[in-house]
Amino acid sequence: MTTTAVQEEVAARRSQGAMHTIRRGLSLSPELRNGLPGTIAIALVATAGRVIVPVVIQQIIDGGFNGERVDMTFVVQMTGIALVAVLVTAGFTGWMHLRLAKVSETALSGLRIRAFRHIHDLSMLHQASEQRGVLVSRVTSDVDQISRFMQWGGLMLLTNGGQAFLALVVMLILSVHLGLVVVVLVPFIALMIKWFQSKLEIAYLTVREKVGRMLALLAETVVGAPVIRAYGVEDRTRVQLEEAIEAHRSSAVRAGGLSAAFSGAAEASSAVVVAAVVVVGTILAVNGTTTVGTVVAFLFLVQLFVQPVQMLGEAVNEAQTAVAGWRRVLDILDIAPDVADPGPDGVELPHQPIGARFDRVVFRYPRPGQSAAQALAEPALHETSVSIEPEQSVAVVGETGSGKTTFAKLLTRLMDPTEGSVSIAGTDVRDVRFASLRDRVVMVPQEGALFRGTIADNVRMGRPGATEPELLATFDRLGLRDWLDELAEGLDTQVGERGSALSVGERQLVTLVRASIADPDLLVLDEATSAVDPATEVRISRTLNELTSGRTVVTIAHRISTAEKSDRILVFDHGRIVQDGTHSELVAEGGIYGRLFDSWRRGTT
Amino acid sequence: MSVPEPLDSPVSAEKMGQGFNLIRRQLKRAPKEFLIGGIGTVLYAVMTILSSYVLGWITDDILLPAIDEGEVAVGSLAAAAGAVLGVSLFLGMGITLRRLGAYYAQFRLQYRDRVEVTDRYLELPVEWHRKHSTGQLLANANEDVEAASFIAAPLPMAFGVVLMLVITAVLLVLTDPFLALIGFMVGPALLAANYIYQRRMRSVAAKAQRIRAEVADIAHESFDAALVVKTLGREDAEVGRFGERSDALRDRMVEVGRLRAAFDPVIEALPSIAVLAVLAVGALQVDQGILTPGDLVTFAYLFRLVALPMRVFGWLLGELPRAVVGLDRVENVLAERGEVEYGLAFPQNNGGASTTASGVGYMYPDTAHHDLSSGGAAVVNSPDSDRRGVDEITLNVQAGKTVALVGPTGSGKSTIAHLLVRLFDPDRGVVSLDGHGLVDIERGALAGSVSIVFQETFLFNESVYDNITLGEPFSPEEVFAAARLARAHDFILELDNEYSSVVGERGASLSGGQRQRIALARALVRKPRLLVLDDATSAIDPAVEGEILAGLAQLDTTVVIVAYRRSSIVMADEVIYVEEGRVVDRGTHEQLYRAVSGYRSLIDAYGQLEEPA
Repeated sequence: MTTTAVQEEVAARRSQGAMHTIRRGLSLSPELRNGLPGTIAIALVATAGRVIVPVVIQQIIDGGFNGERVDMTFVVQMTGIALVAVLVTAGFTGWMHLRLAKVSETALSGLRIRAFRHIHDLSMLHQASEQRGVLVSRVTSDVDQISRFMQWGGLMLLTNGGQAFLALVVMLILSVHLGLVVVVLVPFIALMIKWFQSKLEIAYLTVREKVGRMLALLAETVVGAPVIRAYGVEDRTRVQLEEAIEAHRSSAVRAGGLSAAFSGAAEASSAVVVAAVVVVGTILAVNGTTTVGTVVAFLFLVQLFVQPVQMLGEAVNEAQTAVAGWRRVLDILDIAPDVADPGPDGVELPHQPIGARFDRVVFRYPRPGQSAAQALAEPALHETSVSIEPEQSVAVVGETGSGKTTFAKLLTRLMDPTEGSVSIAGTDVRDVRFASLRDRVVMVPQEGALFRGTIADNVRMGRPGATEPELLATFDRLGLRDWLDELAEGLDTQVGERGSALSVGERQLVTLVRASIADPDLLVLDEATSAVDPATEVRISRTLNELTSGRTVVTIAHRISTAEKSDRILVFDHGRIVQDGTHSELVAEGGIYGRLFDSWRRGTT
Repeated sequence: MSVPEPLDSPVSAEKMGQGFNLIRRQLKRAPKEFLIGGIGTVLYAVMTILSSYVLGWITDDILLPAIDEGEVAVGSLAAAAGAVLGVSLFLGMGITLRRLGAYYAQFRLQYRDRVEVTDRYLELPVEWHRKHSTGQLLANANEDVEAASFIAAPLPMAFGVVLMLVITAVLLVLTDPFLALIGFMVGPALLAANYIYQRRMRSVAAKAQRIRAEVADIAHESFDAALVVKTLGREDAEVGRFGERSDALRDRMVEVGRLRAAFDPVIEALPSIAVLAVLAVGALQVDQGILTPGDLVTFAYLFRLVALPMRVFGWLLGELPRAVVGLDRVENVLAERGEVEYGLAFPQNNGGASTTASGVGYMYPDTAHHDLSSGGAAVVNSPDSDRRGVDEITLNVQAGKTVALVGPTGSGKSTIAHLLVRLFDPDRGVVSLDGHGLVDIERGALAGSVSIVFQETFLFNESVYDNITLGEPFSPEEVFAAARLARAHDFILELDNEYSSVVGERGASLSGGQRQRIALARALVRKPRLLVLDDATSAIDPAVEGEILAGLAQLDTTVVIVAYRRSSIVMADEVIYVEEGRVVDRGTHEQLYRAVSGYRSLIDAYGQLEEPA
């Protein structure tokens, strides 16, 4: 295929895609499917108000004016009828706005919530940290774009389209000949608009790019102020900034100039139509083919017809953005949750010390859109079989990308294996009810993930309905009561957005208390790597000791000291378990673990 | 930074005054641009009115005579077409010039304010930066500047519409008092409707915007903690929380729809009603021979043309409060003085430098963040326990020595480190380098002798190479040597484009340890005579850190290191132990470990983390 053929193919698929997206979207939002046709009908009645006045002018000039005399009864009758029509259509305009807002916003809020729920239902695969910002925009800006289109661009498309259509119909009814003059000239105007639109699109793209560059430099100047001062590079920064600010100014002025020229040209071009109507209309009127009133009415109608055409490009642009946003939201909804809850038929795990088993487990990360079973990539985990005894504490060690995190995610059923099976307490995890699994198996992530609210709120997530004495008892048991009491509000201390009011170490403490009150039988810990002040660090390690005793524990370890304390160490490398044993066994064995231990020992002595 | 005063409050006399001041200031700052817009808008106003007269003239003098006479001269037809085209050509020019001037003015104003504001940022002391949140400073240079300039967009058009209304009023009065009466009734009503509509819309839209931000916050928080949500089975609770805000947003948006439902029909119907009135009243006047049919056409057309642009007043008045608030903050930044002052001394430039502090006291202004607006209250920020003042700090570091600053979190170690490089000046006492008080040293000279590497690494979104040189003309050999010393050279060679690799925003494409090593190379390439490391190796593997520190010991540079690891503390020639902002004791590690109980327990706590249990 040639390049142009490919481009055409893409364009064709895209336009087909728009209709397809809209159909899919409507089928998912019954409020829209049921509500929109009525709203469109109301909108058409509402726009009729705009063509009434020219018709009345035609009627009055042709029917009311007889030479020097004016038939006032006729004039009053006509204006009276028109007044009623204007008021009625105004009522319809109001009705249209209200209905549109209700129908579309209700549907969009529903879509937003559904997408939010769905994203939570997807396995961890689709929630990789680098995609989080993207996922947030699926339930915010993408939906907002659809809303903006519905309320502004789409509405404009609808009312202006209706206006142009009605104006054209009225013109053709009043005079077919004169109407054809207008119809012939409009394509030329449309061509000019298209030319400007494509230029404007590029110009505004450039502006956005320059704004991005300027904001990035601005942020560096503010955030990097200490470095800029300490290294005395103010002048260099100033020059870079001024260049970026000037680049933004000149690109914005260019886009603005183009847009200004466009409005001027649009004005002048509609004058060509008016002039043509005057010339042809006068000739037709002299011939008796048309009336004076019709020619005058045309002068008004041409405006009503040309204006919407000018705005068309803008609305179409907005429509494309909205459809693209809609498609992205629908695409997310289309991903089937690959980790499915067996529901009420599932097995209930017993509340007792439990072991876990990997039976020839293979895992490949799928590409976006593929399910784990379809993945073809190099396995993140090669055929792995391992068995963990109840109440054993296991440290998982390895470099980034060695497969240790994949191992933990499979163990907690945040993902399902491509091949083989993972079982807990002798049951394949795929057969365990979610509620029971989440009850018995708890994972504590690396960075303490807290939610806005109080410490009590956050801890209670571990066991909803826990009473205050129960919460305090847990703090007591973990030896954290003194820390809690030092806080100004104790349990009622607000942790701030994502726990920002607490230090990193304190956030970890709260998540450990949360895990403790959940009282799981299998605890999966992702050890934190960030530096914490020594006092808190001592508290964390005490709390961990208390929390882990009597449970099966799997720790993704980043410190040799943690590994050393465990009953058993699994060393991962390139997706395989390459060493398995106690600390002293592995040190004696050498290998990867031996090397890690050596470099750590050299660093601390 | 949210704006403290509600933007939807009615415009008081004082605010109107501020609004006029703002307009005056902006007109003065972009006079040429506004002049272009002014010429354009006059042309636009006059030609708009003329265009309706052309239609009246065509009706009376071409169309009706042609019908009466049953024939039409080619000359009259050409005149009619010429008149329509001519007027439209000038009208088009007017519109283009008007908008061009508005854009030129708007972006010229933005450019000037932005350059001036960022210039202040670069000149004002680091202390001033600390008093204001990052978000606030960014918003000031971006949104506030934009808001203050945005007034330029509707200004020329508003002027043109005023002109158009005045001319129309005069013409109406001169032509026919009854038509004038219609105009004087409908015009003000339309103005009032536009104004009230804009004001109420702004208030509702601002509320919707706030809820929209809350919806995004919840989504962020929830997806960030997806692991916890999933492992604790919190999906339903999260959906409930999100759904509640999403529905609140829906309710606001329906309210927007309700407002449009109330005002749009009025604003749309009023001009039509006026035209109908003109037709009825005008027809009577034609009957009595006072008006011609052409006059009727002229005024029917004129009423339509003038009604639509009146929306610009709603726009202008709606924009004004936001612009006033924005400009207030911009001007407060521009008015900030207290730049860093420099002397004329120039420290000798070879070998390690000696540094001393005598009786130095420093208190952070306060932990509250200040609002940039006039009379804005300080906003209490989250507690900043790591940052505390120091008092009566007296210390001296001999040339070429390595000294470790040790102390519990929040003891003032970093503050001392920052004072040594003059990130800010002490309230009391003197810090000096080679016997020169830091305040007496020439601008730029200190940075040539002293380098600091911060706890939080800051990389610019440039190449690795530029991040090390920061634009100074170091030779590649010097850069490589510094990178080797910082143990960065090897991993840099493994990057896609080696030293030309762009590191991404804040160095996002690199690990924490890699970022710290590049920051270290940035300091080392300058061959500083005093190197201050403010916990600059926290993310670097202890083994690598040891190699780096051993490499530094070979240089004759004086090193002051804020240290957290026992392994790095023991490498120092001397340790200065700090507690609660004061120097408690100094000596070798062994001496302090024996003599100072606080030091001993701290080192033991560090040791517990590092050593096998």
